[in-house]
Amino acid sequence: MSLQYMGLSQINGPLIVLEHVDGVSFDEVAEIRLDDGTERIGRVVEMSGDKVVLQVFEGTKGLSLKNTKTSFTGKPLEIPLSKDILGRVFNGSGKPIDNLGYIYPEKFADINGKPLNPVSRIYPRNYIRTGISSIDCLMTLIRGQKLPIFSGSGLSHNKLAVQIVRQAQIADESGQEFAVVFGAMGVKHDVADYFRKSFEESGVLQNVVMFLNLANDPIIERILTPRCALTAAEYLAYEKNMHILVILTDMTSYAEALREFSSSKGEIPGRKGYPGYLYSDLASLYERAGLIKGSTGSVTQIPILTMPNDDITHPVPDLTGYITEGQIVLDRNLDQSGVYPSISVLPSLSRLMKDGIGEGYTRADHSAVANQLFACYAKVQDARSLAAVIGEEELSEIDKKYIAFGVQFEKHFINQGFDENRTIEQTLELGWALLSLMPESELDRIDEKILSEKYNPDAAKRFYE
Amino acid sequence: MQNVVYAINGPVVKVKDTKDFSMLEMVYVGNKKLIGEVIGITEEFTTIQVYETTTGLKAGEPVYNTGSPMCAVLGPGILSNIFDGIERPLLQIEKISDSAFISEGANVSALDEEKEYQTEIKVKVGDHLKGGHIYAECQETDVVRHYCMLSPLLEGDVISVNEDGNYKINDTVCVIKDENGKETELTLCQKWPIRQSRPVSERMLISRPLITGQRVIDTLLPIAKGGTAAIPGGFGTGKTMTQHQFAKWCDADIIVYIGCGERGNEMTQVLEEFSHLIDPKTNRPLTDRTVLIANTSNMPVAAREASIYTGITLAEYYRDMGYHIAIMADSTSRWAEALREISGRLEEMPAEEGFPAYLPSRLSEFYERAGYVETLSHKEGSITIIGAVSPQGSDFSEPVTQNTKRFVRCFWALDKSLAYARHYPAINWTTSYSEYVDDLSDFYTKNAGTDFMECRQAISNILIEENKLMEIVKLIGSDVLPDDQKLVIEIARVIRVGFLQQNAYHKDDTFVPLTKQLLMMKVILHLYSESKRVIAQGNVVNLVIKTGIMEKVIKMKYDIPNDKPEMFDDYIKEITDVLDNIKSDDEWRAK
Repeated sequence: MSLQYMGLSQINGPLIVLEHVDGVSFDEVAEIRLDDGTERIGRVVEMSGDKVVLQVFEGTKGLSLKNTKTSFTGKPLEIPLSKDILGRVFNGSGKPIDNLGYIYPEKFADINGKPLNPVSRIYPRNYIRTGISSIDCLMTLIRGQKLPIFSGSGLSHNKLAVQIVRQAQIADESGQEFAVVFGAMGVKHDVADYFRKSFEESGVLQNVVMFLNLANDPIIERILTPRCALTAAEYLAYEKNMHILVILTDMTSYAEALREFSSSKGEIPGRKGYPGYLYSDLASLYERAGLIKGSTGSVTQIPILTMPNDDITHPVPDLTGYITEGQIVLDRNLDQSGVYPSISVLPSLSRLMKDGIGEGYTRADHSAVANQLFACYAKVQDARSLAAVIGEEELSEIDKKYIAFGVQFEKHFINQGFDENRTIEQTLELGWALLSLMPESELDRIDEKILSEKYNPDAAKRFYE
Repeated sequence: MQNVVYAINGPVVKVKDTKDFSMLEMVYVGNKKLIGEVIGITEEFTTIQVYETTTGLKAGEPVYNTGSPMCAVLGPGILSNIFDGIERPLLQIEKISDSAFISEGANVSALDEEKEYQTEIKVKVGDHLKGGHIYAECQETDVVRHYCMLSPLLEGDVISVNEDGNYKINDTVCVIKDENGKETELTLCQKWPIRQSRPVSERMLISRPLITGQRVIDTLLPIAKGGTAAIPGGFGTGKTMTQHQFAKWCDADIIVYIGCGERGNEMTQVLEEFSHLIDPKTNRPLTDRTVLIANTSNMPVAAREASIYTGITLAEYYRDMGYHIAIMADSTSRWAEALREISGRLEEMPAEEGFPAYLPSRLSEFYERAGYVETLSHKEGSITIIGAVSPQGSDFSEPVTQNTKRFVRCFWALDKSLAYARHYPAINWTTSYSEYVDDLSDFYTKNAGTDFMECRQAISNILIEENKLMEIVKLIGSDVLPDDQKLVIEIARVIRVGFLQQNAYHKDDTFVPLTKQLLMMKVILHLYSESKRVIAQGNVVNLVIKTGIMEKVIKMKYDIPNDKPEMFDDYIKEITDVLDNIKSDDEWRAK
């Protein structure tokens, strides 16, 4: 349709209103041409009679009521896809920004995607070895899972994400193609650069698709960025049968963009001013992970979010935790005491882990070790809070042992080098050695038989050398 | 005049200047015939919520009446099926859309219309039928017999009957004529509006427990058949796991599992796991007695709001046949959020935290559809509702948790610190409660053992005592306590680790019959009284611990198979022996 509408009847934040418009569909994309020749993209967000409300992705700066011509495309927002997107860099709304020209598309796909039919999913079971002990042993990442990193400003979430990407790729022996889709929402330029450089150094850059909406890019475009990234990921995974790891950072900026957009639309706010549909909106992103019947590819998501004020009950981490299949929580105290990765083990969790570990996947004793480590480390926290009140000297013998265990656990198990890639064997043996620091009677989560086989106080001696 | 779409805002669509629609009527919207429901009428606008995504819908597209409210189709073929929130079969949708993604406007009938059931007709010409009368029966799955009942809205004399034989769900099996001479053909299925509860003859008193095989529930916080329970807990505390355990093991005849706004992979897991698990009572896969309603978080939000009602309507239908149903709703908070979202789109005045002011009344309407009843056909049936609640920020003072608390009688609070220590089920025994204990004590005394209630109380007392002592220990450490109090803490540990904690992945421990639960309690109480005795004689508690007998008792849940209750006698004997020996050991040292 080449019909053009001259001028606007209202401008309000990122929203513009057109009147006397006919034949427009909900969610349709419009092109807005300015008198100076530049073009912007908008999307229909509300319709009432012949009045249409459009959201302008690039912002409304410079728009006036009469300097625009608007034409409707008749389609929801689509991005061009082909295997050539690998190695390319796009802006937040899917336009190439690396000066390598347009993509020759194999197909166009609606970035909103469609809900996956639960009966068409395959339950994820294959674990991804990240080479990081705390993750592999205690919150195992499963192919097809969505496992976010809950972090705070100043913590090492980016470094951790890079390490996961690099080591997961090395560990992948299935022979299937592997690629990373990277979606940046409102991150700083140097953070995006850090990721690019790290991908380059680990030699995966030609297998990375980047969608960048940096901190100074238009906010409304940020709402599209993860959708573009996931559409690309779904295409590569389900149609090209590749294993895709999607990194989305930072989901908090995304949610804030959504809030800004919602309030400019005059919607009734829910908690902390976020729109009431934040849960459904986040779910429409996070749920785009998994494995489906009829394809050998997979989409695994690692969204990163910074918890404002390190508050895990803030709406963004809170709702995220309810949707994703677990979380990796980073801890400021550990970080400050020099532990990398500073993973706070107790609140971290992987929901899919129970079916992807053990005999045939990792090792038969994996879940026993993991459970026992969790239980012991929980007691370490009790002992520490008691020690804070009555002093370490006054603790009972067994509590002192827990304190000692806690120190070694953090120093040897959680802490590891950025380049250190541990096998699952090494990780589990390390776990046993640490457990052997405790008296046998304290290990109540482990079956008698495995315990007698593996419990070995001599192995624990190495921590005191 | 054709009604057309005037305004669109997300899932809310408005039609202008019409008087054709009635409240809560089901409508088809647009050329794709999206399913919708009328939720508001003013002189100017009729407001419709659409159960599918409205992307691509245009102003000016037609809106069609159906003349009836949102209905569920009830008939054979419901069991072992998986539906979305408005009873569309997902397997069917997968077939017709030929893709892993759900496309909109998929118009499929809820039940398989081609499948034939071997049907027995139970009425003859001249019979006078009232609502609830059973006129035909067939075998729906290997374990569930399906009774076709006259809709509660109808009444009349049978004027013609077909013979027994194979029928599809839409085939007429008999015809009735009411007093006005209106004839109605009865098929194997019927429709019922999902927002209206099905009538019963009488509500009965609650007196039987729903046995779940989970010790912390059955013993400390029992739930009754026909009761209501809420499981609140922050993320990662094991709500879903607990619900799965109930669905697998509780002694209801039929399970309705509503995945309301939850994860897609979880539904896939339920599907896979339940088709592999064999029900010990019937030796058939669990799916034979299960209905799944899956409206995952990324599926349209309006259908999420409807999914709860669809689920309970299916449950009521089976209850009317005389079955005991358990409904797992995971999670009611997502449902409340769907209400909030729609309410926001309608620009209604919000109450607490943006939730609409009618949240409590909607919640109570839902929970009141549970109950133990005498059905219209004079059978006994029940619906038990177990609703998960996902409090925002793990804060139990938020509106959904608080309002739910007013309408349920069992409150199983999941605890973050227990979950962190991987103590599952992470039900906190001090903040949780069950109001059914008194109602059920007769049943327990008669069926589980005359001393069951006493043992339960004794165990509960030790836990309360420990809770008090822990306050002191947190301040000054456990070393200063006298030995008898140290013993309480030790025994409480045995109860916590050996009794309350239960391993869902262990073949014996995943389900524990009441008799074994009682015997376990008895062993623990015996251990307590014997150790108390030796400590009263001047022994220190550390000597008791050193014997290792406590560890042995803790592990009895794994070491004693469910079918060998006689082994508990050996434990009782061994405890006495071991503890007697300490005494002699000590005396020996005194010499």
